[in-house]
Amino acid sequence: MTKDRSFTARAGFRLGHLPIAKKVGQQGFNHLLAILICLVMYAPVHLVVVNSLKDRTDARSMSIEHPTTLHWENYSTVIGRGKLEQAFLNSMLYSSGATLLATTLAAMAAYVMSRNKTRLNRFLYFFIIMGIAMPINFFTLTKVMQMTHLINTQIGIIILYAATQLPFNTLLIYGFVETLPRELDEAAIVDGAGPLRLFFRLIFPLLTPVLATAALLSFLDVWNNFIFPLYYLNDTSKWPMPLAVYNFFGQFESYWNLVSADIVLTVLPVIAIYLLGQRFIVSGMTAGAVKG
Amino acid sequence: MLHNKVYPFYFILGTLILYTVFFVLPAVMGLGYAFTDWNRYSTDVNYVGLDNFRTLMSSENNYTEYARNTFVFTLCTIVLKTILGLAFALLLHNGVKHLRSLYRLIIFLPAVLPMVVVGIIFHSVLNPRRGLLNESLRAAGLSGWTQQWLTNPKIALLSIIGVDTWKGAGYIMVILLAGLQTIPTEYYEAAQIDGANALARLRHLTIPLLRPALIVATVLNILYGLKIFDVVYVLTNGGPGYSTEVLYTAIFKEFSKGRYGVGTALSSLLFIVMVFIGYFVIRLMEQGRTND
Repeated sequence: MTKDRSFTARAGFRLGHLPIAKKVGQQGFNHLLAILICLVMYAPVHLVVVNSLKDRTDARSMSIEHPTTLHWENYSTVIGRGKLEQAFLNSMLYSSGATLLATTLAAMAAYVMSRNKTRLNRFLYFFIIMGIAMPINFFTLTKVMQMTHLINTQIGIIILYAATQLPFNTLLIYGFVETLPRELDEAAIVDGAGPLRLFFRLIFPLLTPVLATAALLSFLDVWNNFIFPLYYLNDTSKWPMPLAVYNFFGQFESYWNLVSADIVLTVLPVIAIYLLGQRFIVSGMTAGAVKG
Repeated sequence: MLHNKVYPFYFILGTLILYTVFFVLPAVMGLGYAFTDWNRYSTDVNYVGLDNFRTLMSSENNYTEYARNTFVFTLCTIVLKTILGLAFALLLHNGVKHLRSLYRLIIFLPAVLPMVVVGIIFHSVLNPRRGLLNESLRAAGLSGWTQQWLTNPKIALLSIIGVDTWKGAGYIMVILLAGLQTIPTEYYEAAQIDGANALARLRHLTIPLLRPALIVATVLNILYGLKIFDVVYVLTNGGPGYSTEVLYTAIFKEFSKGRYGVGTALSSLLFIVMVFIGYFVIRLMEQGRTND
């Protein structure tokens, strides 16, 4: 019913009182326009995919033409020379570690602050989500990292990443908890469950959609982050993918086939996650911008 | 009280501690260190009054120019991303009947790619001799439009703005699409009956009703623009000369040079500005949520 109504309204908005032939023409033109925009968005990605399979001379011009023969060996070369295995494992470690930490901690905090709205908790909520806007002072953060003995350590970078994800995750999950009926908690309290059991057994599963959104966004954000390792990881063996690919680009600037293969390997996990979790990612990125 | 037993305070502690130690503490420490001669080469830290701020304001240090570049970048990307994002959103929402989600998937794709990778790809695309952009212009018979995109000081900043717009327009589109979906279709039916044409409906109906989404998109763009780092770092690293230097690339250079006092002073100024904007945006988001 609603679907039907919105359809006619949209059709009306779009086409007005135009005759049928003109309507079909308008649709065709709009599709053409959309396809053109998609091409502009996709072309640079396509460019690295085709060039990752060329030899060095063909890739030098980085043209959009297809390779004459497929040089799959570029991938094995780049994995060896770019030390990508290590970088991939590092990225996995940082992204999953920070995501797990930031999602769990934010969920616990958001749940309690949303359910128990004392004056203190309301202030703390506001205080925490201010972090969404706050820039990082890299100088004094270095000092804090030294004081806590976390500088140039993998656990340090995980904690740092988790801290950056907490404000937004808290905002996101808080909004979702608001929609869960309180009666659920009360039923469990009558059963005599403690707060931790109540939360992890009963509430956590109900938060699944928002936790998925928070986790996917955190994972992508950490995976793509370049600035923290640039400031805080001097040791190349601890570098994640983006820093490794940037360094590789610096060393092999004239080998565009290898650089392209390196880029493909770096963005492959990102694109896989994007395609699988598209619905959650888009809902999370628009949360807050449109109602909440 | 019973409430504190069911919703214990320690649930908030993990988030609160990480956030306070790694976000708030460095920011607050920065406000103190901004008035010192703190640097890498000496263990003494002395109070120097407003010296660092004088250094920032003095003409021989170009900081006002970096601030201007950052401002130009922010303003231009906001305008371009909003216009393109709105155009794309309207096209997908009203203009096409089929394939809408496929188009959205592709147009949003650049937003999830790591900025470093985007920078490296555009290094090649913007190469004056054999890059895809100049090659395409030549092929289209527009040789006069070809440019030294990244090495001409007059154009380099505009090129960076273009790359960032390519990456970010899809994100703004998704936010505005979500906003468009909240507008009841009955409004359009009524406007249709009143004989309002497409332009009038856009001006008097769509844009006013999209205002909350547009404002939040703009504020997010402001916060993003002021913090911009990786796209500049990878594409030009501030050059040629200082023509594309922005605040965060300058901060990184201060960090590398070990001039922590000046860098902290600059970071602290940014902190104050952004917390001010952040307060505004969070108020706005919360307002949207309670109205709902």
